[in-house]
Amino acid sequence: MTPLIEVESLTLQFRTDEGLITAVEDVSFTLMKGEVMGLVGESGSGKSVTAKSLMHLNARNAVYSPESRITLHTDTGPVDVLSLRTPRELNVVRGGAISMIFQEPMASFAPAITIGKQMVEQLLLHSDMSKGTAKSVSIEMLDRVGISDAARRFDQYAFELSGGMRQRAMIAMALSTNPSLLIADEPTTALDVTIQAQVIDLMKDLVSEFGMGIIFITHDLGVVAQTADRVNVMYLGRLVEEGPVREVIRNPRHPYTQGLIAALPKLEDLDAPLTPVPGDIPSPLERPAGCVFNTRCSQVVGEECMALVPTNCRLDETHSVACHIYREAAE
Amino acid sequence: MSRSLIQATGLSVHFPIGSGLFVKQLLKAVDNVSIEIEKGSFFGLVGESGSGKTTLGRALLNAVPISSGTAHYDDGEVAYDLQELDGAELKDYRTRAQLIFQDPYAALSPRMTVRDIIAEPLEVMGLTKGRAETDERVREIAARCRLNLEHLRRFPHAFSGGQRQRISIARALVSGPKFVVADESVAALDVSIQADVLNLLKQLQDELGLTFMFISHDLSVVAHTCDHVAVMYLGRLIETAPTRKLFEAPRHPYTKALFSAIPSLDPDDDKTAQKLAGEIPSPTDQPPGCKFQTRCPHAIDICKAEEPALQTEDGHDVACHRWKELMSLVPA
Repeated sequence: MTPLIEVESLTLQFRTDEGLITAVEDVSFTLMKGEVMGLVGESGSGKSVTAKSLMHLNARNAVYSPESRITLHTDTGPVDVLSLRTPRELNVVRGGAISMIFQEPMASFAPAITIGKQMVEQLLLHSDMSKGTAKSVSIEMLDRVGISDAARRFDQYAFELSGGMRQRAMIAMALSTNPSLLIADEPTTALDVTIQAQVIDLMKDLVSEFGMGIIFITHDLGVVAQTADRVNVMYLGRLVEEGPVREVIRNPRHPYTQGLIAALPKLEDLDAPLTPVPGDIPSPLERPAGCVFNTRCSQVVGEECMALVPTNCRLDETHSVACHIYREAAE
Repeated sequence: MSRSLIQATGLSVHFPIGSGLFVKQLLKAVDNVSIEIEKGSFFGLVGESGSGKTTLGRALLNAVPISSGTAHYDDGEVAYDLQELDGAELKDYRTRAQLIFQDPYAALSPRMTVRDIIAEPLEVMGLTKGRAETDERVREIAARCRLNLEHLRRFPHAFSGGQRQRISIARALVSGPKFVVADESVAALDVSIQADVLNLLKQLQDELGLTFMFISHDLSVVAHTCDHVAVMYLGRLIETAPTRKLFEAPRHPYTKALFSAIPSLDPDDDKTAQKLAGEIPSPTDQPPGCKFQTRCPHAIDICKAEEPALQTEDGHDVACHRWKELMSLVPA
């Protein structure tokens, strides 16, 4: 397998009136071609900001550290994403090689322009298709994602489509440029569970058909279990655990991952009490020293948790965790 | 004294929409629903968006007008017929029935301190004499919701999602209600916090003797918190039973499909058997017969012609023509 995108020591801060706020700190990972990676964490963990960095899409007040490096491998060679400046250069990562699906499909389509016109517009921008070809490609894609009567839907507006239909149209639009990386930011969160199941099935089919890499951002571990090959768990801007989906869900090692799984209400055991992760995620203005999870961790081992940022411990070839509990084991 | 706090019979909420020149269409948000909510219970109401669960909750709070049918409220102190409430009785009912909203970010005014947010219902309803008594009531309910004096002086923006939801809960409970409708009250929260808020609701129910109607689209949350569950689809009640019965042996094909659509935590669990095609029809354009027939894999002629009535067996109600036959065919 060849790498599709490599993220190295990504650190990102936002300049605000209240000072520099750290959103992402020292995050590194590699996504292979055709791999589906789940990015999990609660609100404020930095998962969306990380994903947007891949498209160099964060707000103007974002400051990347000098060590941060994001390399996208395209057919024409590696691209250093963070060095892209002009709109023409950025086109490669914004809708060209990388496409993104957002959480709220109603907010992602322009309300006063037909679905079809928006699909054609981006195809004209990112490829050398003629208008006519772009239209037929768009209709074909709408049909492919299971939208019935695609030719008619092409001329409709977003408000005329139901929630599930809109999300399918969003997926069709994102895939029509044939991206090598698809970023899906909570694509099923706003959908009902029966529709969510349909969209998950659709995405699985598309992965095997188109073979692109996917970064699937979600807070729902069930959705990750059903879609991803690998999971990265984030907390307060840091990657705390990383591994194959089966490993991480069946045998979670970081106290935070363990807490997340324990907090999920399970249908198999209705008598099990619900165990929350105690406390709240701290404000990014009050990042704890040492391990970022130390304010809520029930397994603090000693002073080092309060003072030292835990390094990444490799548990085996594919599973790693950033926690002091495992440091000795690794040494 | 009756055992039920709320007894609704044939309750309907219809909204007239899009008045054409001659025809006025009716949107049947809730149609002919009969439910009974026992005192002290945690009653779950599930369904997809557009199933009418929020409207039913609001009708029971008298926040939307009831078009037909009856809803009776009896807490042992007073008894009201909700469809006829007005004047002083309605005012009194407002102190006894309260709502907790879904989004704790939108529900709290950013310009008011937490103390003022929680105190507002008391002041509006004129339930206390003077500031000292108001403050005492606010402090008492805040403490029950694990908010301290320091929190009361601050503004909502300083709080996390979980803390904000605890503020919303305190505000709903400060007037001393008996009946509380929690509409998707944990849906906007992260899993790690969700469990905390659910545990708090259960604890408050115990301590204050509350009866909850818990509206949610999340079946696993409902399974863990509610003792009785009702499933709605397109404005109809299609199945209702004690939680355990419903989850052990769901009878309606829609309920079964809902269960199988929950993404399993087990990556090797491939539940593709009962996936539903299509989406919930528009409430203004409802199919004839059983409302679920357009998506039901087991629909036959009678389902298209005749709407099934709710049939009761072993304290478990279901509205499906073929449920018995299907239970013997497909093991749940």
